[in-house]
Amino acid sequence: MTQLLEIRDLRKRFGGLTAVHDISFTIDVGETVGLLGPNGSGKTTVLNMISGLLPASGGAILLNGEKIVGMAAHRIAVRGVARTFQLVRVLPSMSVAENVEAAAAFGPEKLWGAAVRGKALACLDRVGLGGRENEMTAELTYIDQKRLELARALASDPRLLLLDEWLAGLNPTELATGIELISDLKRDGMTVLLVEHVMDAIRALCGRCVVMNAGRKIADGETGNVLSEPEVVRAYLGESHA
Amino acid sequence: MNGRLALVFAVALVALAALAFAPFYLGRYQIGLLIGLTGYVTLASAWALFSGPTRYVSLATVAFFGIGAYTVAALNEVLPYPLVLAAAAAIGLAVALVVGLSTLRLAGVYFVIFTFGLAELVRQLVTWYEVNVTGTLGRYIFMSFGPEQIYWQLLALMTITLLISWWIGRNRLGLALKVIGDDEVVATHCGIDIARTKLALFALSAVIITLVGAIQAPRWTYVEPGIVFNPTLSFLTLIMALLGGANRLWGPALGAVPLFLLFEWLSARFPDHYSIILGLLFILIVFVLPGGVAAFAERTFGQRKPDPQTYGAESALSRDTADARR
Amino acid sequence: MLTTAIIAGLVLGGTYALVAMGLTLQYGIARIMNLAYGETMIAAAFAAFVLKNALGLNPMAGLLLVVPAGFAFGYAIYGVMMRPLVARAGDRSALEIDSILATFGLLFVIQGVLLVLFGSNYMSYSYLNIPVSILGANIAANRLLALGLALTIGLTLYGLLRYTRWGTAIRAVAVAPQSAVLVGIDVNRAARFAFALGGALAAAGGVVISMYQTFTATSGVTFTMKALIVVIMGGVGNLLGALSAGLILGMVETFVATYLEPGLTLAATYAIFLALLLWRPQGLFGKATR
Repeated sequence: MTQLLEIRDLRKRFGGLTAVHDISFTIDVGETVGLLGPNGSGKTTVLNMISGLLPASGGAILLNGEKIVGMAAHRIAVRGVARTFQLVRVLPSMSVAENVEAAAAFGPEKLWGAAVRGKALACLDRVGLGGRENEMTAELTYIDQKRLELARALASDPRLLLLDEWLAGLNPTELATGIELISDLKRDGMTVLLVEHVMDAIRALCGRCVVMNAGRKIADGETGNVLSEPEVVRAYLGESHA
Repeated sequence: MNGRLALVFAVALVALAALAFAPFYLGRYQIGLLIGLTGYVTLASAWALFSGPTRYVSLATVAFFGIGAYTVAALNEVLPYPLVLAAAAAIGLAVALVVGLSTLRLAGVYFVIFTFGLAELVRQLVTWYEVNVTGTLGRYIFMSFGPEQIYWQLLALMTITLLISWWIGRNRLGLALKVIGDDEVVATHCGIDIARTKLALFALSAVIITLVGAIQAPRWTYVEPGIVFNPTLSFLTLIMALLGGANRLWGPALGAVPLFLLFEWLSARFPDHYSIILGLLFILIVFVLPGGVAAFAERTFGQRKPDPQTYGAESALSRDTADARR
Repeated sequence: MLTTAIIAGLVLGGTYALVAMGLTLQYGIARIMNLAYGETMIAAAFAAFVLKNALGLNPMAGLLLVVPAGFAFGYAIYGVMMRPLVARAGDRSALEIDSILATFGLLFVIQGVLLVLFGSNYMSYSYLNIPVSILGANIAANRLLALGLALTIGLTLYGLLRYTRWGTAIRAVAVAPQSAVLVGIDVNRAARFAFALGGALAAAGGVVISMYQTFTATSGVTFTMKALIVVIMGGVGNLLGALSAGLILGMVETFVATYLEPGLTLAATYAIFLALLLWRPQGLFGKATR
């Protein structure tokens, strides 16, 4: 297996608080890795450092062997890292199609004209928003905004897809659709790192999991094994359940 | 090119031709009015070019306008006219790059504050330079051409500005600006280089504004810093673009034409109370029409897709990203 | 020469600090970016001028009239102009733009009124213009008085905000307007009060300035600019920061004017501002956010 992402001794400090403490893990091409941990354990911060939203305080992030730590977010995006956000971020004043075109036009391929439109429509189709390209984004339901965000991430043909609690807040039917959607991507060979709390989704999607607690990595391995490790259980459920 | 676009172009071309021939039928006073009108349409359109999509409110219009005008005053006897214009544009560009590079990466509010005092700063620097280095405060401009030529130059600049604005709207750059205006974090994660895009637009807008100042300079035969760095100009440009709608191609022009005529009338009718009326009018505009007239019209008649409800909503000011100096 | 410059710098700096404290209250607590702030000052300076020349009232007594008037003016402006903007603004940035635009209009209104009433000439009056010798340097008594006033008013205000229950409420609003509501603080009232207090401080600053400087109807912009820079240097909402930054700015300006060139003071101010923006955007005394 070829390594796509390597994270080595990654660290983030906010003033006196160390939010991420020397985290290291790798992701191979085609893998779907879950990044787990209780709230505040630093998962989103790790994601933010990978996508370039936050600068790292130390350590290295390598994408295909290239150091991307310290790079501006737009340059990382062009290198094939796409993401969704914990609190869904769509472009409210633009149409559904334009939201996706934005990513296709400035991503690695730099499409324009009919090509960008075609790409946007294909991505919308893929997430189940086909035929709704002319609707206004601000009027979409929550799940549809999440779909739109995913379509936008896909439009840049990412090599690495970062999903930050993309399945959170969905009802059971929507959740099933969501898991199905990510499984599809997985089947097509997409490499995915997902921060998630929904255990069913993690079991269904992730072959491997990295678990964080209080800024440190406490487990890394095959999903079934990791989830039964005493330290992971303790981190999630507290001392008494261990 | 589809039929509707061709029609719009044809109409615009006819209008342009009519405007170009206007001086042959008009008197001096009317030509003067046309110069002011074209000047403000250009200024408002150039201002909106940057401030409309990025929502960074620039109060520096007169700083660049003054730089243009003063460059002409300083160089009109030294260099041939086209070179004077080029020099003005180059100086405007340099100042814009310095200001842009240092402030555009920061929160919008710093940009507003910085541009707010920029005209005063440039005015004081020019005054200091003239008094201490050249020893002459105030200069004369002698040009061999009349007001018609000034008008035609401005008309050409206005046309170019509107064409640029139209081109950007249909181009990758226009999409980038829309995304930035909506959400800077999303923009950068789409692969858009925010800092460079903003800087390019700011510089472009500043150069056009500088050129308006340079072209209009010969209208005054005597120029001194206090005349060309008059802050009311920044103010007027801002109101016009906002009232017309800074996010639409024709918006600034729609705002500039009636307001310019109104202000001409007001300044002639109430020369002493001019700035009071101006200020009150502006406050009124902020209260009544936050999205500009064009947005207002679209809302009222509901033809096109809805726009963000207020001009300021989702603005670039004090974004959570802004404290990160990237 | 050096002593004179230092004392002159302190005087100017004290005035800037006083003025900036008002602006930091308005921006930090009421969330209004007031571009007409300098015009409020200049209006107060003219008021002191009229009281002195027309009624023969000494500026110290004038202060007792003008400062409450500044408070009332701020209170009224907030109620009439700002409150509707606050009410309709969806978020902080929307309010920022609206308030910038609205107060930009207000700037022209106040300036216009002053121009109509007083014309565009430089104004000044003579008050306590007697030299006092300190450490071998001759300083006009009015400047010393100005410094004393600035420090007294500034420190009193700081004490009130720091050590009274009322001050704690105001500071709570500055830090966390959403949470302040939860502990029973009336945020709107606090904002309105802070804005009015800012108006009072602007008025005080204007009177103080008029004691030792000439002014014109159009010099408000420069004062707003300087006050803004001091506020940013000190960290928005930080009173002690404003005090220290004001003193620094006053010193720098006086030194540039004394040893370099009086025409370059604003350029020096700008240079500081730029350097600061690039080096520490959260302010000299502000804490890093997050």
